Amino acid sequence: MDLRLHFDDGYIVSEELARAVEVAVLLERPLLLKGEPGTGKTLLAVHLARSLGAPFERWQVKSTTKATDGLYTYDAVRRLHDSRFGEGDVSDIGRYIELGPLGRAFRRKERTVVLIDEIDKADPEFPNDLLHELDTMSFTIVETGETIEASVRPIVVITSNNEKELPDAFLRRCVFHWIAFPDRELMARIVRVHHPDVGERLLSAALDAFYRLRAEEGLRKPPSTSELIDWIAALRHAGIEPEALSGRVPPFLGTLLKKEQDVAAVARTTASSRRGYR
Amino acid sequence: MFLDFLYNLRDEGVAVGTHEWLALVEALLAGAHGHGFLGFYHVARAVLVHRESDYDAFDRAFARTFRGIEAAGEALLAQLEAFLRDPARHADLDPALRAALEHLSRDEVRRRFFERLAEQRERHEGGSHWIGTGGTSPFGQGGTHPTGVRVGGQGGGRSAMAVADARRFAAYRTDRVLDTRQIAVALRKLRRMGHEGRRTELDLDSTVDRTARNCGDLEVVLRPPRKNRLRVLLLLDVGGSMSPHADRVEKLFSAAKRGGGFAKLDSYYFHNCVYGKLYRDADFLDAVPTDRVMREHDPDTRLVVVGDAYMHPMELTFAGSSWWTTERGPSGYTWLGRLADRFVHNAWLNPEPERLWRAPSIAAIARIFSMFPLTLEGIGEMVAHLRRPPDAVRRALWAEIARGRADAGAA
Repeated sequence: MDLRLHFDDGYIVSEELARAVEVAVLLERPLLLKGEPGTGKTLLAVHLARSLGAPFERWQVKSTTKATDGLYTYDAVRRLHDSRFGEGDVSDIGRYIELGPLGRAFRRKERTVVLIDEIDKADPEFPNDLLHELDTMSFTIVETGETIEASVRPIVVITSNNEKELPDAFLRRCVFHWIAFPDRELMARIVRVHHPDVGERLLSAALDAFYRLRAEEGLRKPPSTSELIDWIAALRHAGIEPEALSGRVPPFLGTLLKKEQDVAAVARTTASSRRGYR
Repeated sequence: MFLDFLYNLRDEGVAVGTHEWLALVEALLAGAHGHGFLGFYHVARAVLVHRESDYDAFDRAFARTFRGIEAAGEALLAQLEAFLRDPARHADLDPALRAALEHLSRDEVRRRFFERLAEQRERHEGGSHWIGTGGTSPFGQGGTHPTGVRVGGQGGGRSAMAVADARRFAAYRTDRVLDTRQIAVALRKLRRMGHEGRRTELDLDSTVDRTARNCGDLEVVLRPPRKNRLRVLLLLDVGGSMSPHADRVEKLFSAAKRGGGFAKLDSYYFHNCVYGKLYRDADFLDAVPTDRVMREHDPDTRLVVVGDAYMHPMELTFAGSSWWTTERGPSGYTWLGRLADRFVHNAWLNPEPERLWRAPSIAAIARIFSMFPLTLEGIGEMVAHLRRPPDAVRRALWAEIARGRADAGAA
């Protein structure tokens, strides 16, 4: 069995990450990805599906999301409403059941890539509620008694921004990978994917300024990959010379820094404005 | 050897169980590691480790377990292969020399390496023969030789050992002092959710229930949305022996303010020990009587004191807030007892390393407050502590101290 996965050209993947993906596919366990925002956690699942030619389901988790939402939702209010006004066949509960992303993936005959995005946004108990379904890859619709079992186990990719600690029991079942922030070399390759014809000097100067900015103390939100790509687009569009990037405050700073305090902190040339204590 | 690895991991505090172990065996049997040492490292890490804070411990256990097989094992061969494949490094040699050197086969290089190592007796730099740094000998580090062997150190992250040795994830260790994002994450665990406020959210269960009771006539039931009800009172020690920690405390403060999602967060400053007054600012200009702070906060408020608790024992037992005022009031120790008595869910965060906690004043304060180190682990433990009901023995002690019946004892 050839395990090597080949990602398309639009996504640069490190060797360790590729290995983690392979292991997750092989062991049929969910792959849990963590890492700084902008390191391509979400994109991995999209490109994985594309390179496997598999259908893709995305389940965007929000603070109000419940575990069953991904499996199915039962629209009780609509059924009540219908019964009151005599619309449709109310006795057929199935009409009021709608499968969620995970439920649709289970029902499909081919292997699906399911992305459970930002699982840490939900209630702390959320992952535990999913344990059984992810283990057995089956669930029962309580309202109809129907059991939906995956004929082909989907590839589940889960991302977390570390806002909440995930429960141990859940972690034990996952293959875990922390996407480290790309080093300069990898970052240059990533930028070239998005800007194939970027000038060598501009790229080098931009990367210098970018990593210098990231090293700045006390930034609320250090700039990430996506910001760098946007920034370079802005620089090229405006025809900025590479030399202009060597100053303390680079042009289009607002593209890189999204917090007012950060812009102010960098713009403040006197670094010694910290308040001293007695 | 592999079982050693398992126990080394557990030694380092990575909670690896049979579950993970069997998964690793399954992955290896299926050849997920590509029969390479670096592949094995990546596979083992993906399966055995579940959080980035354990990556460093994993690296250390890995290095400890497999150090022995590095020299003779496949790591060397893999490294060598990579070297042979990588023409970029040959570029700056002159063609004649390159041709002469390139004919050395892998086995040949390997045999000669060990021969040479056996002969060599001292550290070596430069030159073309001995194993050392620089030079054009096939062996050593930092040198140029088309089929050479790099010894130890880091280069391109090619070998599993080099990767493990690099300990790139040391920054994610949980016993390290915190950065703000981590603090915010840790503190978020304190949240206490409850329904509060105006009724704006549909209560589906009740709606269905009531509608059924109504014989199908729809009756919508609303309820207040779930909100965090946590109130936190933060007391920060600044100045004096805390000066080196001021920055960290400031970060903790800002993280708590931003990320905690507390229903209410109030912070006050004090210097060394709490007396009759607390301050709204770190410059001690805006004073508030401690009594009032206690009165104005609900007893259900979580009290977190951040300080090194390191002071002259006098400062604990001394009455009044200053050397120069002559008024006699309760001692610092009594004030701390009163605070604890009022806010029974309380904890003390101490930025000093735990080994220094035997100092008399720290020990005395630790009798009142459960003390936790200012690390991610410490904050995690503190959060767990704050969620538990307070200890009965401690409660009795607080009452005693608050009434001035117990003194600093050990201090």
